[in-house]
Amino acid sequence: MKSIRSMLFALIAIVLIASIVGCQPKQAAGPATIRVLTMEQAGPTVDEMNAIVAEFNEANPDIKVEIEYVAYDALHDKITTAMASNPPAYDVFLADDIWYAEFAKSGYVLDVTDRISKDTHDKIFAAAWDITTVSGKAYGMPWLLDEMYFFYNEDLLKQAGFDTPPATWEELIAQAKVMKEKGIVEYPMVWSWGQYEAAICDWVVLLYGNGGSLVDDKGAPAFNNETGVKTLNWMVQTIDDGYTNPASVSYVEEDVRNVFSQGKAAFAVNWNYMYDLVNFNTEESQVTGKIKMSLIPAFEGSGVKSASINGSMGFSVAATSANPDAAWKYVEFLTSESIQNKYSAHLLPMWSTSFEGENLTKLQGYTPANAVTVPMFNEQFPFAHVRPKVPYYPEASKSLQLALQEALTKQKTPEQALNDAAAKWVELAK
Amino acid sequence: MQRKRTLAQQDMLVGFALILPSFLIILGISLQPILTTLYLSLFEVPRGINLQNTFIGLGNYISLLSEPIFWSSIGRTFYFTVISVGIELVLGLAIAQLIHAHPPGWQFLRTSLIIPWAVPTIVNGTMWRWIYNADYGALNGLLFQLGLIDKYIPWLTKPDVAMNLVILADIWHSVPFIALILQAALATLPADLEEAAAVDGATYFQYFWFIRLPLLRPAILVALIIRTVEAFRAFDIIYVITNGGPANGTVTISYLTYLEMFTFGHAGRGSALSFLISLVTLTLAFIYIRMLYRPEEKQ
Repeated sequence: MKSIRSMLFALIAIVLIASIVGCQPKQAAGPATIRVLTMEQAGPTVDEMNAIVAEFNEANPDIKVEIEYVAYDALHDKITTAMASNPPAYDVFLADDIWYAEFAKSGYVLDVTDRISKDTHDKIFAAAWDITTVSGKAYGMPWLLDEMYFFYNEDLLKQAGFDTPPATWEELIAQAKVMKEKGIVEYPMVWSWGQYEAAICDWVVLLYGNGGSLVDDKGAPAFNNETGVKTLNWMVQTIDDGYTNPASVSYVEEDVRNVFSQGKAAFAVNWNYMYDLVNFNTEESQVTGKIKMSLIPAFEGSGVKSASINGSMGFSVAATSANPDAAWKYVEFLTSESIQNKYSAHLLPMWSTSFEGENLTKLQGYTPANAVTVPMFNEQFPFAHVRPKVPYYPEASKSLQLALQEALTKQKTPEQALNDAAAKWVELAK
Repeated sequence: MQRKRTLAQQDMLVGFALILPSFLIILGISLQPILTTLYLSLFEVPRGINLQNTFIGLGNYISLLSEPIFWSSIGRTFYFTVISVGIELVLGLAIAQLIHAHPPGWQFLRTSLIIPWAVPTIVNGTMWRWIYNADYGALNGLLFQLGLIDKYIPWLTKPDVAMNLVILADIWHSVPFIALILQAALATLPADLEEAAAVDGATYFQYFWFIRLPLLRPAILVALIIRTVEAFRAFDIIYVITNGGPANGTVTISYLTYLEMFTFGHAGRGSALSFLISLVTLTLAFIYIRMLYRPEEKQ
């Protein structure tokens, strides 16, 4: 019996040693394979991203780029999981503005400050550099310079007897009321208020459009004041009154696009990519040619003209990548001015030079959508707000998502829900 | 001093050598991760490259057990498990009996049953998310066509409704598993028992309750063990259909673990939750196995 027990211990020892040995990194031979993780949502289509990869692979025979797509809501967790192994499962990944503080603190993203030339630095919007910069160091190239826009179905507006889009949310409700009374559309608005980051984006648009803000100058939560409660109450009220599609409480951006594409909503707030897809894609849209954009409305008496959210992202190299130089080469290619101009239908370049002089005329002509989205970008971007850049953002965001959902599903009053979320933010900041 | 081994000892050695390979594999892929999880759960584990863990003893467990979200998640997990496995068992038994009665087209029925079970959970979840969509989903379309509703219902916007709909999707996926196991067990039951019962004048209900059901008990228990443990750990179907919403209404213990571990980066707390889940499922399996082996001991 004793010998069996000692054999057992020996076995356990062997297994543990074997598992440690098995974890040693292996160096791949042949052309350097660069594995890229990006998203399929609210941006360039998979076809466009694959075309860029094909162009790069052809021009660089010594590097082979392999690209993978996930939904936005899976992206953060997939990156952090991939970074747990060494070498990491991906060499290059797309990271959201709100994750850079966390990724820089964790040491996941390569410091590329010295790899960026002064020329490149000066030709890109300062607001774009803010996305990938943490404590003065650049951790990637900005990409997907995006913000939320206001979309309206001109056809439905005309049927209701309106020639101009609403400039304020109050005006919008008045127009929605007429639409409902005339039976033009059952729910004039559709939102992405599901328990996802998308809800935070919509909330920023409404909160800042009411003169509020997420955090104060010191970074303390400021959304649980009278303005915040009033704004959240407005959201609840629009569902109760039937102005907002009640399914919005379970929706993300793609659901908004699908509902809007069917002509089942007159107003929506979404990212840049929706304009091209609803207006020019006859396979996916029943309202092609009827969709217009205008400045996102604000609330009356708030002293604010418009508010949007800066939803820009960046491409970074994994700090522990086995081939950082090859990986950086791909990032540079992907974010280069010529590639960005060529594939600008669903994302706009972050090169300020693309918006100047002759280049602007060219940019507006690259795709049919650009003629509208490029001027609209210039008009809306000054009103875009950023979310707090804190290492604990995912947890802070989840607590605020929960608060919005609790109010929208009437589990709590808006005041109580927002106070609870604010308390969580204070606790996280400690 | 050389000692001669008895025959029994030699047998034992051979037996041990034979199970050695599978034993090694079980140690490597099952025991080792569980032990690592237990070890990690005693630390505060910051997320990042080359960071030091801090030993905090049972700190993770104590803080988790004091949080309301832990208990509400446990409650929802038990609700999910009891309702889904309960309905699956009743439906599975009914379908198994139907197939066993060999109605016309029973082979087709048996084959088509495999389809929902063969669909990966993640695909199943995506499919049901589309079915439940308020504006272009098949469920609203069907009910509307049948005249049962006069306007589309936003299905996934109420916490309790969303939970029941996730359970429905899980039932659709898992009933075939129970049905197939029970149908296979039914096929092995001796036909003479049925004849004897008929001769003695037993009604169908009496036959079912006093003869068939007790004979099916081992098969039912096997199906129950597997399904209960699976349902208790349900994650992917929830992740896809509701993402834990609305208002955390579908956050089960596995979903909470995922949030802590992957989204928030609290590997220590996530490990503590994982270990608690392992404990519960092991306990469940232990109880079932005791129940399963009892009748054989009596024989």
